[in-house]
Amino acid sequence: MIYFDKVTKRYNGNGPALEDITLSVAPKEFVSIVGHSGAGKTTLLKLLLAEERPTVGSVFFESIDINDLPSSALHHYRRKIGMVFQDFRLIPNKTAYENIAFAMEAAGRTDDEIRSDVPYILELVNLADKSRHFPDQLSGGEKQRIAIGRAIINQPDLIVADEPTGNLDPINTYEIVEILKKINQLGTTIVITTHNKGVVDAIGKRVVTIDRGRLVRDDADGKYIL
Amino acid sequence: MVIKRVLASGGKNFARGGAVSAATVLIMTVTLALIGSLIFLSALLNYTLTTISGKVDVSVYFVTTAGEAEIFAVRDQLLKLPQVASVTYTSADDALTAFRARHANDQLTLQALNELGGNPLDASLEIRAKNPSDYESIVSFLEASPTLSTGGTSIVDRVNYAQNKDVIDRLTLAIKATREIGFAVVVLFAIASILIAFATIRLAIYTAKDEIAVMRLVGASNAYIQGPFIVTGIITGVLSAFLVLLLLWPATWYAGMKTADWFGGFNIASYYANHFTLVFFILVASGIALGAIASVFAIRKYLKI
Repeated sequence: MIYFDKVTKRYNGNGPALEDITLSVAPKEFVSIVGHSGAGKTTLLKLLLAEERPTVGSVFFESIDINDLPSSALHHYRRKIGMVFQDFRLIPNKTAYENIAFAMEAAGRTDDEIRSDVPYILELVNLADKSRHFPDQLSGGEKQRIAIGRAIINQPDLIVADEPTGNLDPINTYEIVEILKKINQLGTTIVITTHNKGVVDAIGKRVVTIDRGRLVRDDADGKYIL
Repeated sequence: MVIKRVLASGGKNFARGGAVSAATVLIMTVTLALIGSLIFLSALLNYTLTTISGKVDVSVYFVTTAGEAEIFAVRDQLLKLPQVASVTYTSADDALTAFRARHANDQLTLQALNELGGNPLDASLEIRAKNPSDYESIVSFLEASPTLSTGGTSIVDRVNYAQNKDVIDRLTLAIKATREIGFAVVVLFAIASILIAFATIRLAIYTAKDEIAVMRLVGASNAYIQGPFIVTGIITGVLSAFLVLLLLWPATWYAGMKTADWFGGFNIASYYANHFTLVFFILVASGIALGAIASVFAIRKYLKI
């Protein structure tokens, strides 16, 4: 489903942020990418989302070389991927309901679909009672659950989560991990980056370790080892 | 469906913008007020220059032996010239009546006139040109035209152009310079106000740049992201235009009351009342154009992720 082919990324003039990465992810997998801060985890995800382009090599998504996509077609590609960020990235002047509905509107879904799907997703992430709240009226865990709701509303093939629990306390972290595991069981591929040992061990699936821009371990049933 | 969503979202953004929306409207109001005052300034300038131009004329005095029919023939020829705005005939008798009326309190002059006997005054034509710079060509036409004479002697006694020439030339120059300077000032202020509006809307959109990045990542197309911002810009522009139109009523009333005499009869308030539709369209159109164009430019650089 995802294939990184000998990818190297350099930011102008500096040493490589990623070097010679070859990695493939099969459909319905749950992959944790671990490593120290600055190891290159986020760069890897940015390449996957086409926020950055590789200096050398190619990134494929279902046989499409995403670096060949023109800027005007990127939004079609990104609708296939649900994204979750460490800093939530909700739209501050939209309510919880509108934040989730926005992803559907952007994908061109009808008002009827939005009216039936959004309350269902809010129910799923356990926030039906806070649908009219703005992001600054929600706690960190609640914001992240809204962000996950937004990521899954269009039933994407892939969920990409960049340190989704980085700003959360242990209880909220546990909840988020459980939600992600449930989504994966329903058949969605998930790629998550983290440096939280507890998260990796709780997931108990494939672990890819990156250190100083290089892929150093790839364990099918891994634990957090660094 | 998309248009409805864009409109609704633009409206919501404006309403939820709170202080930022209010500040943008305020600054746009100042900008549009500037544009509005430019309309009045150019109207005042035009009015003043037209009034001054109207005060200048050239008089042709005819010899006392010239018959009325001959003078009318000259008048008809003058009226055919494209440069001539109007020609007024004053007969010798009219000139005398006017002279007597002017000197009604001056017994000495009247006595002298009576002793002279008969009417020493000439009949005359007052010629008003469409443009002060046209007098020269009108006068040379009069001087060159052979049809003005009967039996070889010219019926024209004198033309008071030579003594007015200096004033007319200077006035022509002054009017031209004033128009050019006025135009330059209007253009300068218009550019300044457009830049202010642009900077303000850019600032308002700058606060939303993270939001725009998120929308891109969630998969919204550029047009769908831009739309609501343009709608918000237009709402800002229209609201500001209405605010200016409203504020102009008391402002022009007060200014008109204070300055009408000073401006030689030009009343700003009555100009505003008579030209309300024009001012309305200029301000609302400027508001919409400024709001929309500034939004498009401001948001463009955040759409590249």
